[in-house]
Amino acid sequence: MTKRKNIKEYDRDFLLKLLKEMLLIRRFEELTGKMYRKRKIGGFCHLYIGQEATCVGTIATLDLKTDYVMTAYRDHGHAISCGMHPNVLMAELFGKATGCAGGKGGSMHFFDKEKHFLGGHGIVGAHLPLAAGYAFKINYRKDTGVVLVYFGDGAIHQGAFHETLNMAKIWDLPIIFICENNLYGMGTAHARVSSVTDFSVMANSYNMPGKQINGMDVLNVYEETMEYVKLAKEEKRPSFMEIRTYRYQGHSMSDPAKYREKEELEEYKNIDSIEMLKQEMIKNKLLTEDEYAAMDKECKDVSQKSVEFAENSDEPPLSALYEDVLV
Amino acid sequence: MAVMNMVQSINSALDIKLGEDNKVLSFGEDAGVEGGVFRVTEGLYQKYGEKRVFDTPLAESGIIGTAVGMCVSGLRPVAEIQFSGFVYPAFDQIISHVSRMHNRSRGKYRMSMVIRMPYGGGIKAIEHHSESMEALFAHIPGLKVVIPSTPYDAKGLLISAIEDDDPVVFMEPKRMYRAIKQEVPEDKYTIPIGKAKVVSQGTDITVVSFGAQMNESIKAVEIAKKAGMSVELIDLRTISPLDRETVAASIRKTGRLLSVTEGPGTFGVGAEMIALANEEAFLYLEAPPTRLAGFDTIVPLPKGEHLYYHTPERIFYEIKKLVEY
Repeated sequence: MTKRKNIKEYDRDFLLKLLKEMLLIRRFEELTGKMYRKRKIGGFCHLYIGQEATCVGTIATLDLKTDYVMTAYRDHGHAISCGMHPNVLMAELFGKATGCAGGKGGSMHFFDKEKHFLGGHGIVGAHLPLAAGYAFKINYRKDTGVVLVYFGDGAIHQGAFHETLNMAKIWDLPIIFICENNLYGMGTAHARVSSVTDFSVMANSYNMPGKQINGMDVLNVYEETMEYVKLAKEEKRPSFMEIRTYRYQGHSMSDPAKYREKEELEEYKNIDSIEMLKQEMIKNKLLTEDEYAAMDKECKDVSQKSVEFAENSDEPPLSALYEDVLV
Repeated sequence: MAVMNMVQSINSALDIKLGEDNKVLSFGEDAGVEGGVFRVTEGLYQKYGEKRVFDTPLAESGIIGTAVGMCVSGLRPVAEIQFSGFVYPAFDQIISHVSRMHNRSRGKYRMSMVIRMPYGGGIKAIEHHSESMEALFAHIPGLKVVIPSTPYDAKGLLISAIEDDDPVVFMEPKRMYRAIKQEVPEDKYTIPIGKAKVVSQGTDITVVSFGAQMNESIKAVEIAKKAGMSVELIDLRTISPLDRETVAASIRKTGRLLSVTEGPGTFGVGAEMIALANEEAFLYLEAPPTRLAGFDTIVPLPKGEHLYYHTPERIFYEIKKLVEY
């Protein structure tokens, strides 16, 4: 167990919100996997199942009127946490015109400018400087926000990561670099291709605070993130967090994940973030099994409706091929 | 003779070169233990060990940059870029070093490397997983650009590429990885770089293509044949340096040129073909040299891939137009 506040100190509605958000992401993605296998979704599709506590716990610290979120291609969870509706997400996965990117972006490129979700990005590590640019804008306009930028353990080794951390520090940018370490960069265990296994020490190289935290406990994620959000907003200091987490599925839908042991997967399923929060809430009389079942049903229904919405939407017209290539 | 798909034939080429030359190394993201996302390097790590076949971090600039250093010391690195759309961080190295070191050192350093990468559409993915950007590389002096269209060619061309003292960008049409199987010798053979292949002889029109579009072009030639047209089909096999002689001789014979490519048309390989026709065969032309290329847009909507890529019917339509011009 990680050190954090007793669950009883939390507002029950807040806890319910976290639980429901994680559950919605889980159910939405389970259905996504099913639709992919039915060939309703094409291309590549990277599921977030197992990592839900990371996006939910971190984004819960934000005020998305002023703050921003940007992530890599495993972006379904972040999009939902930023308040994007499952309908426009499923439609995007289906390649339909009603999708959040008009059916042009697919799984890796969810975004919503108004909701301050700055996108899913397909190229590993390439989005990090973009996030720093938004943080630069916050300072330049004398806004109050912070940018959370997420990436995987694979991205740590890209030049863009190191270039951006340095810039964030020298320009005092309000940004938190969040490495979601799910232990594998595609099929390669992170320890096999990294000079260090505790990535948080990399923050030292750029003279910013860094820490490694448990990403399977959503309240722990929330509290640890809040500390750095304050740092960014109140002191304009960038920071770095390595969140230890785990994806239950392969890297993408086409990855059978033969490179890891079943026992390792089971170990993480035993500390599943949704199950842990649910049990802790029940134990502390903040939730009943019936309430949970009702919540679960609602999340399943919303997900199912998103499939119906996507099915019933039109494909983009042929003319969309040339739309938005240039202004 | 063994029957192989392109994944197997490329694997066989790497196996042969790793086996006979300890200066050859193979590496890339997930390309060691796992054998690559398309399983092209499967089994090589286990056979040759981690000093020769290894996984790299996700760092394309570093992968190609270190390969430059390896070449300087006489090694022959074969670096895999997971998808051609991931190569852009390495452009700094490819342009500033890979393509120029030989010239800059006045011939002292040889960039004897191969940069392998799957390219092109066919898996209904978007943008960086489907684009066909051979023209970017072909525009850089000091690089060779090779694109096979069959399992047989892939093996022979890759062995040549590894033995070549110049840097070779070896683009593998991922749509063809498992699309066809054919007889491929298990032993070593080479196919010369810089030589196009006349796939079928004809007299009415020259169709020039390469990579995955060859498959569609072959089918179009069949349709044209049934319609009474005689098509000479050329597989470029090497994009740069271009086999100008073979293409020019064919156009002089047929008087017509259709270039079939997958990438965006403007400033692409098709434009180069038309320039070649004008420069080498102007007085023989019976119809305007024409290109059938990809649209000038970001690679297609996930749902629209079939609209983006050429079908045999579309290629035939262009053939017919030119023959009847």
